[in-house]
Amino acid sequence: MTENTAMQVSEEVAIEIRNMNKWYGTFHVLRDIDLTVQRGERIVICGPSGSGKSTLIRCINALEEHQKGSIVVDGTVLSSDLKNIDKIRSEVGMCFQHFNLFPHLTILENCTLAPIWVRKTPKREAEETAMHFLEKVKIPDQANKYPGQLSGGQQQRVAIARSLCMRPRIMLFDEPTSALDPEMIKEVLDTMIELAEEGMTMLCVTHEMGFARQVANRVIFMDAGQIVEQNEPEEFFNNPQSDRTKLFLSQILGH
Amino acid sequence: MSDTHAQSVAFVRETEIPPAPPPEAQSGAVRWMQQNLFSSVFNSILTVISFTFIAWLVINVYPWFANGIWQADSIRECRELLDGKTGACFAVLTERWNQLLFGFSYPVEGYWRPTTAFVLLLVSIAPVLARGRLPNAMFILTAIYPFLAYWLIWGGTIMTPVVALVGFVVGYMAYSRLVTRSFAMGAFGGTAAAIVTWYLGGFLVDAMPNFLALAEVPSRSMGGFMLNLILGTVCVSLSIPLGILLALGRQSNMPIVKGICVVFIEFIRGVPLITLLFVANVVLAYFLPPGTTFDLILRVIIMITMFSAAYIAEVVRGGLAALPRGQYEAADSLGLDYPQAMRLIILPQALKISIPGIVNVAVGLFKDTVLVSVISMFDTVGMIRGPIQQSTNWLGIYWELFGFAALLFFIVCYSISQYSQWLERQLQTDHR
Ligand SMILES: Nc1ncnc2c1ncn2[C@@H]1O[C@H](COP(=O)(O)OP(=O)(O)OP(=O)(O)O)[C@@H](O)[C@H]1O
Ligand SMILES: [Mg+2]
Repeated sequence: MTENTAMQVSEEVAIEIRNMNKWYGTFHVLRDIDLTVQRGERIVICGPSGSGKSTLIRCINALEEHQKGSIVVDGTVLSSDLKNIDKIRSEVGMCFQHFNLFPHLTILENCTLAPIWVRKTPKREAEETAMHFLEKVKIPDQANKYPGQLSGGQQQRVAIARSLCMRPRIMLFDEPTSALDPEMIKEVLDTMIELAEEGMTMLCVTHEMGFARQVANRVIFMDAGQIVEQNEPEEFFNNPQSDRTKLFLSQILGH
Repeated sequence: MSDTHAQSVAFVRETEIPPAPPPEAQSGAVRWMQQNLFSSVFNSILTVISFTFIAWLVINVYPWFANGIWQADSIRECRELLDGKTGACFAVLTERWNQLLFGFSYPVEGYWRPTTAFVLLLVSIAPVLARGRLPNAMFILTAIYPFLAYWLIWGGTIMTPVVALVGFVVGYMAYSRLVTRSFAMGAFGGTAAAIVTWYLGGFLVDAMPNFLALAEVPSRSMGGFMLNLILGTVCVSLSIPLGILLALGRQSNMPIVKGICVVFIEFIRGVPLITLLFVANVVLAYFLPPGTTFDLILRVIIMITMFSAAYIAEVVRGGLAALPRGQYEAADSLGLDYPQAMRLIILPQALKISIPGIVNVAVGLFKDTVLVSVISMFDTVGMIRGPIQQSTNWLGIYWELFGFAALLFFIVCYSISQYSQWLERQLQTDHR
């Protein structure tokens, strides 16, 4: 694990969020978020339910619109310009809590759809890439099944493979394991660890603290729409600074 | 594993139990009747009443069918032949067969034309309905069918439908060239190219009016079941795409598009179809410049299409609303743009949910085509109530004619409904 944290983090900036604010109607969900992510960095975001973790990472690929401040992804400024939004989305992969696979398409079609239509990759090539990534998440033999025929853990791994097929430079995960049974959590986490070891830039909302200790360079704690504390995992878990962090950690590690 | 074993009592079977046949009452007709017909006193009473009713019906109706007269020239001759017995006079069907199917003024020597068009209709919708089980080359016939059918049924030079077809092709080519730059440019350029082609093609049509020409048949000569089929197929195939567009428009973020769609849908749904047909028949004429002849069938098609498109839009909207938001988000997060997300992800799923509703509207629409008899068009019902029942030969004949009309419509509608059930089974991939 020390070996992992020592993995190369370049000086290049992948995501830069400045003074970002978001409201749902009059409800102030995100307040003055400042966050810089270097290329190759692996960040775990945690915090109590309703603290705005999902909203934050959904703002990064414009699934939610922010009202104030700026977000720059990979040098592209996120504005309401649809061209920029589509560009950013095709560079940023996202995995959801409920997988969101397309139930009317086979696993292989799920994986080749975006490369074919967005990247204009020839079908053959897209299928080869898809099989490559399905092998990587260890389910090449399910390629011709439909999502409904797979277990939850397998579906989530397909979802990861589907994102990877677009060859994203940044991956966002929103509680990828919280809809899964314990024995399936491990298979998904293993896939994510492997991805981290290859140097993928990752932002991951999760409550899997073992995973955070093993792969994260930085853990961010959010509460009530603000970043309350951020630190290296060892420091964060062993020596939390704010009272809210201490309370949160005692609740999730405490039992 | 071993724990549970340790807790259970040791037991090892030493002899096999030989297989035994099921007890008599467990299977066969007796058991089925006991379970389904006589399971309780109330159920038994219902069974007896139902059987009595069915028996009464058969005993009374059967002679009517069996004694039916198939060959006669008038209802008087029928009655003479029946000689006081109960019996149907099916002779009206054989004698007026052509009128029931084609109306009374379609040229007799041209009956082969709509008949061919009907056969080709079956062939050309087959690849659409069979979902990839037939060779893709058959879609070529599907694409040219509307133009071919127009030429066959209405006649005139073949240049008219050819120019129309070429206009669409040219428009589409211009569109696909320009759409890579921007959608608006593609749409505008495509439309412009098509209009220019049609304009220029108009001279060609005028120049050679007799090139491969069939005798022209005016719209008012269309009648009988043929008219119902024309209206039904054209309106169903136009109103499904229009309905989908309206449903998408109603979901749009653009307030003007959304507003237009909402007003259109709500207005059309609030007005009876008959009213719209009267508008098509009478009122539209006031708005058109004097001297223009705007084909009545075309006007009726526009009205029925708008009417059912509004209903289909609401059905599709239900399907769209039933999709989890995650599907939209997943499509967005992969970088698909709006048309791609709709075509590849959202609509295939939403339409699948909407199939029963769409079929419901389609069947309703097809049956509603008989309403055109109210604005004095001679469709099946118009023919029956007009020229046939009012002729001196067949005055006072009802059951046979309306029974026949009901049968024709039943065959078509029942086939549609059976097909939709097959389609739903085909699309069953989610195994939830
Ligand atoms: N579409 C919405 N409209 C209005 N309020 C919303 C909407 N989505 C989220 N919220 C509110 O914003 C807050 C932050 O939501 P968010 O989903 O980001 O929380 P979270 O930290 O991801 O929580 P969890 O751990 O439960 O997923 C919550 O209080 C939620 O009620
Ligand atoms: Mg969340």
